[in-house]
Amino acid sequence: METKGHVHSFESFGTKDGPGIRFVLFMQGCPLRCLYCHNTDTWSTSSRNKTLSPQEAFNEVAKVKGFIRSGGVTVSGGEPLLQPEFVLELFKLCKEANIHTALDTSGFILNDKTKLVLEQTDLVLLDIKHIDPVKYKTLTSVSLDNTLRFIAYLETINKPAWIRYVVVPGYSDDEADLHQWAKFVSQFKVVKRVDILPFHQMGTNKWEELGKKYQLKDTPTPTPESIKMVENIFLSYGLPIVK
Amino acid sequence: MEAYKGFKEGKWLEEINVTDFIMSNYTPYTGDESFLAPATDATNQLWDQLSGMFKEERAKGIYDAETRIPSQIDAYGAGYINQDLEKIVGLQTDKPLKRGIFPNGGLRMVEQGLEAYGYKIDPITHEIFSKYRTTHNEGVFAAYTDTIKKARSSAIITGLPDAYGRGRIIGDYRRVALYGVDHLIEKRQSRFNACDPDEMTEALIRMREEMTLQVRALKALKKMAASYGFDISKPATNALEATQWTYFAYLAAIKDQNGAAMSLGRVSTFLDIYVERDIKNGVITESEAQEMMDHFVMKLRLVRYLRTPEYDALFSGDPVWVTESIGGMTNAGVTMVTKNSFRILHTLYNIGPSPEPNLTVLWSDNLPQTWKRYCAKVSIDTSSLQYENDDLMKPVLGDDYGIACCVSPMTIGKQMQFFGARANLPKALLYTINGGRDERSKVQVTPEIFEPIKGEYLEFDEVWNKYDKVLDWLAMTYVKSLNIIHYMHDKYSYEALEMALHDVEVRRTQAFGIAGLSIVADSFAAIKAGKVRVVRDEDGFAVDYVVEEDYVPYGNNDDTTDQYAVQLVENFMNKIRSHKMYRDAIPTQSILTITSNVVYGKKTGNTPDGRRGGAPFGPGANPMHGRDTNGAVASLASVAKLPFEHASDGISYTFAITPDTLGKSADEKKDNLVSLMDGYFNQTGQHLNVNVFDRALLEDAMAHPENYPQLTIRVSGYAVNFVKLTKEQQMDVISRTISAKF
Repeated sequence: METKGHVHSFESFGTKDGPGIRFVLFMQGCPLRCLYCHNTDTWSTSSRNKTLSPQEAFNEVAKVKGFIRSGGVTVSGGEPLLQPEFVLELFKLCKEANIHTALDTSGFILNDKTKLVLEQTDLVLLDIKHIDPVKYKTLTSVSLDNTLRFIAYLETINKPAWIRYVVVPGYSDDEADLHQWAKFVSQFKVVKRVDILPFHQMGTNKWEELGKKYQLKDTPTPTPESIKMVENIFLSYGLPIVK
Repeated sequence: MEAYKGFKEGKWLEEINVTDFIMSNYTPYTGDESFLAPATDATNQLWDQLSGMFKEERAKGIYDAETRIPSQIDAYGAGYINQDLEKIVGLQTDKPLKRGIFPNGGLRMVEQGLEAYGYKIDPITHEIFSKYRTTHNEGVFAAYTDTIKKARSSAIITGLPDAYGRGRIIGDYRRVALYGVDHLIEKRQSRFNACDPDEMTEALIRMREEMTLQVRALKALKKMAASYGFDISKPATNALEATQWTYFAYLAAIKDQNGAAMSLGRVSTFLDIYVERDIKNGVITESEAQEMMDHFVMKLRLVRYLRTPEYDALFSGDPVWVTESIGGMTNAGVTMVTKNSFRILHTLYNIGPSPEPNLTVLWSDNLPQTWKRYCAKVSIDTSSLQYENDDLMKPVLGDDYGIACCVSPMTIGKQMQFFGARANLPKALLYTINGGRDERSKVQVTPEIFEPIKGEYLEFDEVWNKYDKVLDWLAMTYVKSLNIIHYMHDKYSYEALEMALHDVEVRRTQAFGIAGLSIVADSFAAIKAGKVRVVRDEDGFAVDYVVEEDYVPYGNNDDTTDQYAVQLVENFMNKIRSHKMYRDAIPTQSILTITSNVVYGKKTGNTPDGRRGGAPFGPGANPMHGRDTNGAVASLASVAKLPFEHASDGISYTFAITPDTLGKSADEKKDNLVSLMDGYFNQTGQHLNVNVFDRALLEDAMAHPENYPQLTIRVSGYAVNFVKLTKEQQMDVISRTISAKF
């Protein structure tokens, strides 16, 4: 049977998910339940918004090929590695067409199938949402171990990665934790860039539409000073931050 | 000759050929912007003085107006801002910002314009133009048919230039600097003398009269320059003179004509040749070169016409489309970017952002990366630039063309355009459904030859075929009206000065326009998707539509829907082509609305795509507001599918994006914007307005206009001071898709 991918939506002008202009496919389904998620509509694995074959998805990419010459394709989510067969086939088509591929993942799933995907991936965008296992679990509802194994694996196969960190006041802005996080990340040579993403409230209405309780309703966005503080800590470990 | 010392010889010495002069002598520049100089004290002082006057102008509507003497090339004496400080001199009237009057175009337009601001026309002037002199406007109405009048008042064809100057003619103003006026007079006079055929046909009589008028206009130009103390009979000998001579030529054009668009052409690289020579010879410094450019551009920001409030509702913010085309490549594949290309963009920093001159970058894949990145920076900082596809236009028009108005390309000095108006395509769709009766007034506008559509649900083939017939009628009526307008314009308001700066044999195009393309494409997509129910009133008249099934709108890079737009463009163009054009002009069309998309929307009822009656159209070739949900690239890719060969007068796309969406760091933002434009133009997009701002900024500017006197935004095909837009237009801009992602 032909592989089909469950795609939530496309964004044809991604500028934050890898170098240059990215054609971003948001995949449907995610094992994490992050408290600050702003794409809760991608959680469900049973929702069938768009069902496409890898070739059909690639056709959408090909239509904008001229725009992504210095960028490429990013598969995001949801968690794209829930559908490794689809991503693998799509990335193969991209590589044949000489298009740069990026995978935006939580690093939750590492197995033989997802390792094959990584072979076709030029750049991994990895979220390490917290360094404290207990707080990670609170924030995401899943265990941190997988993500730590994931980045270690990237190091062994020498796969370039950009690491992202979302600063949520009261959840992920503790100084001691930030030191721990930076120290941990700084040991990996594959880390080419670290992005600090301030928490925002723009996904709130999606929680309401889903009828789920949004615990971060009253959480403020981080102040410029607190972002500066995070930057300074990360810089003190030599992390490659882009401002 | 002293004036030509140091210039490479060529064909330009034997014939009037500015293009050859440029190609033989210009110096391409591939470096970055680091050489640019800041504003001088004189520049700052002059701009401060003007800024005070602008403030007064904004408060009063206009600063001052002439009430007696009609504007002509040499009608008013010399005028200055501050004579001691101005490097480049010359004003439209005797005082800055004072508006001249052009009753040749139409007396009512002048009178209404004056009255709107508390002025009254001089009774003698009124008498002359109502009693002794026929105006363009009178001429047109003397020949209009009843159907044309109905089509006009029902707004299925609007913006007809039947009460003011048609514009969209670019004189080759550079000729005055390169050759001096005497040489140009001599050439035209000898051509006139040589024209003595055995059979004196109407066409030849007209040509002879026109040449006489042209020579007269050139003499008036000399006289006007002399009133400022300049003898421009001989070629310019240095950069300051070249800039001044070129400006005088342009100034004469804007004193002579109240054209809807009075574009400048492509002068910056031409002038760079003189600047390079002067810098090389130690005559001027970089700072002086920049000052010259700043003062020249300052003058271009002062161009004003007296217009009526109705005109402003269509085209807000005093647009005159002083369009200057910058960059591009030569036929041989060399960049035409010079240091002066950078200098003219740099005026947006030295004297702040501004809608005028309408700075237009001719984009090519092969432009130097340094230049592309600088343009991107200027767009991000000022939102004052538009871009047009050089790789697309150059093969058709050669390497010395310029943009008239917003998107209309023409070879400089060799081509002119009979411009006018737009056909309201969504209204034509509603006429299809209601048998040619207007959806708002129920008046029968078309002849009673169209059978209304009767079914409860719209059926694709029926609507498509019947629509095609209504478009036949619309195209025919539109061509007839433009033919009448341009016959009368030539007769009563001929552009003698501008045409004196063209070759005698010119290529003429007649340019039609369409509005509301995205609404019609979406309507057909909705109908095709299956379920558009018609709501009829008690008279059986279709008044509303219920879209019962989702459809993919135009602007999402969906080939099925986008093809409706493509086909509509081609079909309408073919209908235009089937008619006879005035003066055997070549028919063309544009997809452009400027700000009139708001007024078109106001005058058009509910449409089958789900749009509510009165809501604005998408501007130009834009997708409808908020319906392009797959991101900026998908939206651009959809627009890029529209065929330039069937819309060779231009396809306008206005794009707005928040700074944050463009990327993280300043460098990334620049690079992504460059890639975006490379992609769009490689996929054969023709025009792109680039706006980079946050919605919050515009909302604040609406609340506190006094804090944003120079906030400039691009609307379809031109730029405007945001605070000068009407409230409705401001709301429209704010509600438009501003590409933002989180």
